[in-house]
Amino acid sequence: MKPPELVCPAGTPSAMRTAVDAGADAVYCGFQNATNARNFPGLNFTLPELEKSVAGAHAGGTRVLLAVNTFPPAGKVDLWKQAVDAGARIGVDAFIVADIGVADYIARTHPGIRLHLSVQAAAASPEAIRYYCREFNVMRVVLPRILTVPEIKSMAAEIPCEIETFIFGNHGLMVEGRCALTNYVTGLSTNMDGVCSPAAQVEYIRDDTGNLSTRLGDFTIDCFSCAENAGYPTICKGRYLTPAHDGAYYAFEEPISLNLSSLLPDLMQAGVSALKIEGRQRSRAYVKSVVSAYRRAVDSIMAGQDPQLDDLLALTEGQKQTQGAFESKRWR
Amino acid sequence: MTTSATPRQSLGFLRQRPRWAPPAPLFLLQPLLRRIAQTVAAENPDMFGRLGPHYNALFVIDPVDMPFILLLRPDPENLLLALHRRGNVPDHAARISGSFLDLLMLIDGDLDGDALFFGRKLSVTGNTEAIVCLRNALDDVEGSIAGTVANMFGFAGRAALEALRRASAKQGEPA
Amino acid sequence: MMTSRLTIAPILFHWDAETRWDFYNRIAQAPVDEVYIGEVICSKRAPFVEKHYDEMARILTGAGKAVVFSTLAEVMLKRERNMIAGFCALEEYELEINDSSALWHLEAKAHRVGSLMNVYNEDTMAYLAARGATHFCLPPELPAGAVAILADKARQLGVAVEVQVFGRVSLALSARCYHARAHGRIKDNCQFVCEQDPDGMPLNTLDNKNFLSINGIQTLSHNYLNLIDELGEMQRMGVTHFRLSPHTQDMVAVSKLFRTTLDGDISAAEAGEKLDAMSFPAPFSNGFWHGRPGHQLKRKGGLA
Repeated sequence: MKPPELVCPAGTPSAMRTAVDAGADAVYCGFQNATNARNFPGLNFTLPELEKSVAGAHAGGTRVLLAVNTFPPAGKVDLWKQAVDAGARIGVDAFIVADIGVADYIARTHPGIRLHLSVQAAAASPEAIRYYCREFNVMRVVLPRILTVPEIKSMAAEIPCEIETFIFGNHGLMVEGRCALTNYVTGLSTNMDGVCSPAAQVEYIRDDTGNLSTRLGDFTIDCFSCAENAGYPTICKGRYLTPAHDGAYYAFEEPISLNLSSLLPDLMQAGVSALKIEGRQRSRAYVKSVVSAYRRAVDSIMAGQDPQLDDLLALTEGQKQTQGAFESKRWR
Repeated sequence: MTTSATPRQSLGFLRQRPRWAPPAPLFLLQPLLRRIAQTVAAENPDMFGRLGPHYNALFVIDPVDMPFILLLRPDPENLLLALHRRGNVPDHAARISGSFLDLLMLIDGDLDGDALFFGRKLSVTGNTEAIVCLRNALDDVEGSIAGTVANMFGFAGRAALEALRRASAKQGEPA
Repeated sequence: MMTSRLTIAPILFHWDAETRWDFYNRIAQAPVDEVYIGEVICSKRAPFVEKHYDEMARILTGAGKAVVFSTLAEVMLKRERNMIAGFCALEEYELEINDSSALWHLEAKAHRVGSLMNVYNEDTMAYLAARGATHFCLPPELPAGAVAILADKARQLGVAVEVQVFGRVSLALSARCYHARAHGRIKDNCQFVCEQDPDGMPLNTLDNKNFLSINGIQTLSHNYLNLIDELGEMQRMGVTHFRLSPHTQDMVAVSKLFRTTLDGDISAAEAGEKLDAMSFPAPFSNGFWHGRPGHQLKRKGGLA
């Protein structure tokens, strides 16, 4: 069995150094603008920062994958092309893309650089993935977090490229690249602006009893009593009312994080080439704990031992974890 | 896991003063805080870029188990880090509340802010974007802010910081 | 200027065969030019309606409508993959695709690209047009400025460009069925509870404010999109097709108002007043078009 690549998040230069030191085989990152799907305030890299960070990562033997994985709206395509050209100039090892126009630009302009298909492209069938491989010579697909391990295994047999799957972190519920909920509420688009629940429009309101209401734009999306753990302030993690359900409920999903540590051997057997840790918006402390834990786990599996996994529960959303769709179709 | 874990003995110096006693004259501490802020700012000029439009916002940092709050304006041209009495809090953009230890470890990059928030150990009010920017700016600071501060006070400072870290590590263990 | 074409989108909700028959029989008499049929949201629903498509298409074609077959938006299971392969091999119908898996089968065969595909910019449009795409229905979240550029590009490429102008807006797709979840079920064991909500299941905030609408794996706006005021602007941009998304309210009346407005027979203001008077179960919105939050309504002279 070939050792899988451990692909780790880097939201800032120091997070990237932390990931490299903790044993990341590759890191993924983006520029400080709409060209990537984590365009959050204070996060990501300026060009000089990324240039310096790429050199540092390469010195540590770590590859750098640049996410250019949003969908440029008509009239703004140049910003995405500039991001790609800048990435090529400073020597990134691969581009992670979702938009067909951007993929085509890279395939034509920088054919020597690897192309990875972002989860934002929502390619969930062998035919969809084969299409991108045929048209743009995609070398790796990041699978949506909606397939079971047996489904991933049969996928691996049917596609001509490597598979990367998420193993830890925020558990997105909507098909990525196909969600306009944030734009409906805030006027900022996940696909076009790289924004999900923009902090500028999130408001936490605490009442006298300690209950914490979360508001996004004009809408209340959740309310936590004092004793409850909280989650990300996203629409898909909120609680709502509907006549068919008795009382408030998580209409889409509870605040919960993906943790596939116990499925690692199965994923590796299924033919997964790269294991991805979510969380470019998280801190250095998160990167350090999660990356080191998974580094040790992958190394033990490769050495034929049982993986010893630290308890990562404290870092999970709502302090709850799940194997999500990977384990069973019942999740759907 | 709980925020009310018994402090380790080495932390006693922080807890000895009963909460109802008046704090030490705050004005005596101001020059010290100014020096801390200026040292950290001088060593990490890049962090201010991450604050975007919020560099001149006024933040209230509220260690809920302490008799004071901190005011922070991370503007390199007009830097402010000051202790303030509870009660008459000036107008501010955002407020971050948590235990003194959690806040210290957060600023120092030893704890994850999202995890503290999920566990309801950290609460934020006001301009959420300003807080996210501040968090990301501090998180990108190379090395340890607390370490920088401790070094300014020589051996005693470093020893106190170590004690705090040990206490925090214990506190962070699963119950 | 080319005549503006009025279209009926595929029925997004789980209407039974009788309701669909009734709907298409009425639409056959309505002033629309093109009708999209086919199940776009859930492959489990398809067997209920598949056997009726040929006859429905015959009636609509007989009434002078162009009929286009819309395919699934989410293709993952073997069953769904086979459905796509089958539809892509069809010669009888023009196809509108809603997932990139169809692109693998189609190669250079002519097809339309649906609004659930991500065509956000002129480069993507040109790439697909060079490989058989003849018609693009744009994502509903695109603002006017981007639509103008795409309409211009479409004219250069000789392809058609369509924009949804009425009905609830698709906001998100998921692998999980939220209708089943609300009823304490899972997708495999859903018992087709989505049939109870022919215009979508309401999802309200904790302070009981109307917010979203659930249709199986799809999340839609609560508000109904209404771009009657913007039709003239869209015509000037070069938008060629105007899409009405089916609801249980009187879609024939809706189509008449849009038709007469497109033709300049009545003013947008007059048509707008008549639409307001029809009392739909949700307020109208047009925020996306104006680059604002999608749920908002911008009336001439400011935000309502």
